[in-house]
Amino acid sequence: MYTDKVMDHFTNPRNVGEIQDADGVGLVGNPICGDVMKITIKVEGDRIKDAKFKTFGCGAAIAVSSMVTELVLGKTLEEALEISNKAVADALGGLPPKKMHCSNLGADALKKAIEDYIEKQGKDLPESRFDSGQGCEDS
Amino acid sequence: MKLVYLDNAATTKPRQAVAEAMLPFLGERYGNPSSIYSIARDAKAALDEARGKVAKAINAHPEEIIFAGSGTEADNMAIKGVAYAHSRRGKHIITSAIEHHAVLDSVKRLERRGFQATFLPVDSYGMVDPKDVEAAITDDTVLISIMHANNEVGTIQPIEAIAHIAKNHGVLFHTDAVQTTGHIPIDVRQLGVDLLSLSGHKFKGPKGVGALWVKKGVKVERYIDGGGQEGNRRAGTENVAGIVGLALALELAAGELEQETARLTKLRDYLIKGVTERIPHVRLNGHPTKRLPGNASFCFEFIEGESLLLSLDKVGICGSSGSACTSGSLEPSHVLLAMGLPHEIAHGSLRLSLGHETTPQDIGYVLEMLPGIVSRLRAMSPFGEEVSSSSACSCTQEEHHLVKSHQS
Ligand SMILES: Cc1ncc(COP(=O)(O)O)c(C=O)c1O
Ligand code: FES
Repeated sequence: MYTDKVMDHFTNPRNVGEIQDADGVGLVGNPICGDVMKITIKVEGDRIKDAKFKTFGCGAAIAVSSMVTELVLGKTLEEALEISNKAVADALGGLPPKKMHCSNLGADALKKAIEDYIEKQGKDLPESRFDSGQGCEDS
Repeated sequence: MKLVYLDNAATTKPRQAVAEAMLPFLGERYGNPSSIYSIARDAKAALDEARGKVAKAINAHPEEIIFAGSGTEADNMAIKGVAYAHSRRGKHIITSAIEHHAVLDSVKRLERRGFQATFLPVDSYGMVDPKDVEAAITDDTVLISIMHANNEVGTIQPIEAIAHIAKNHGVLFHTDAVQTTGHIPIDVRQLGVDLLSLSGHKFKGPKGVGALWVKKGVKVERYIDGGGQEGNRRAGTENVAGIVGLALALELAAGELEQETARLTKLRDYLIKGVTERIPHVRLNGHPTKRLPGNASFCFEFIEGESLLLSLDKVGICGSSGSACTSGSLEPSHVLLAMGLPHEIAHGSLRLSLGHETTPQDIGYVLEMLPGIVSRLRAMSPFGEEVSSSSACSCTQEEHHLVKSHQS
């Protein structure tokens, strides 16, 4: 039911772990099936230098986490905030309809981590980016 | 790659002899058992013989056996059939929270049609307390339906004790024996039940054929209307090949039940011991001894079942899980929740169900592969770092006690 790309990221996940002196931490739980994802980022200038994840969840959730951390490396914060759930799912060659909600987890955790970084810097949040388009309602 | 099939509770590999016995009925011996000429009589004779075999295997009379399209259909027929046939006497049904959905959803549909239902709780082993059954009986109760053994955690229920209570109160008692038939001895008279469901593909027979045993004299409203087949109790031209296959599979299973139970119990306990010894933060689900000979069900803390299944599949091991992520409904298994497991623990469940082909080498292979898979997933889990510190463990005292007593 999963694409080869999903299975590849599930079997050989990129960037597993936790950055000890992280600049931003994003921890989200999936209200639908009770899964948890934690993304930590390191920022240099306005670019994401490093990103790592830890995930408690299904194969799709692990692949999504891996893909998000890969997509985000080297991106500016602006660009990173542009990464949508759909973009993550597309990069994985698609997810089964029942698993689309898992892709929310990745983009949400990333946004939380960036939000955390920006807050720690005492900067203003670009409000519009954080409206709640990430509802976990099952499709 | 080696294939280690440990999902025999989902379905089993049909025996070669069963497949061969079925073939003529998909070819030369194609007669309709209800017709009059010789090839029809030949099919009818095969049907009668099959009915006799099934009856013999469970100590019933042949005319008490109704063949059906699946275990699910047998359950539906039993519950709806009894409820509607006796609704003028009462409209209350007692069942348990851990039944298969074939039973649960049949009862829930009846609830929407004006019946009342009680879903009895179970203890932490997944066991129904006969005292709870007795306490739930009212003047309005017409049916009790409690499964013989649970498909997820393997716990064998105190059917005889419940049957005794049902009889004292004059209430009909159905048991879903889909997981036990062909695996542990079934004697309907000794069990004391009034109706019993079974399914061919769980004991190395074909899929899509089951049977309901209804004790002589018990009224069941017809559930599928049409022709007069199955003694006018279940319409539809019989699945002769399937029925012949089911009957032979059951006959063969009954013939080797004793050795096979002993062999599987040993393998199962070897697996349970190996897993609980080699992997920390694991618990056995279900009763340590009153369980199906082939069922080993675990919860691994800090990880999720679907990712565990995918990892096992990568090394050729087939299992199943009650995790929310594997269920279409995104809710963890109702059985594990009813046993009091918290959501996040139920999430990490793994059922390995052994069968006729399972060898000690297979179990050795699982014990070799599983610890590495679990630690790899734990290393990926945000809860994984807490594994070594017991203070971070969220289980209650009682749960720790449970794990310990399971291991002994
Ligand atoms: C306890 C129980 N009841 C009923 C069924 C349904 O049987 P079938 O697959 O023949 O419909 C199953 C198997 O899935 C089962 O395990
Ligand atoms: S994390 Fe539960 S379904 Fe994907």
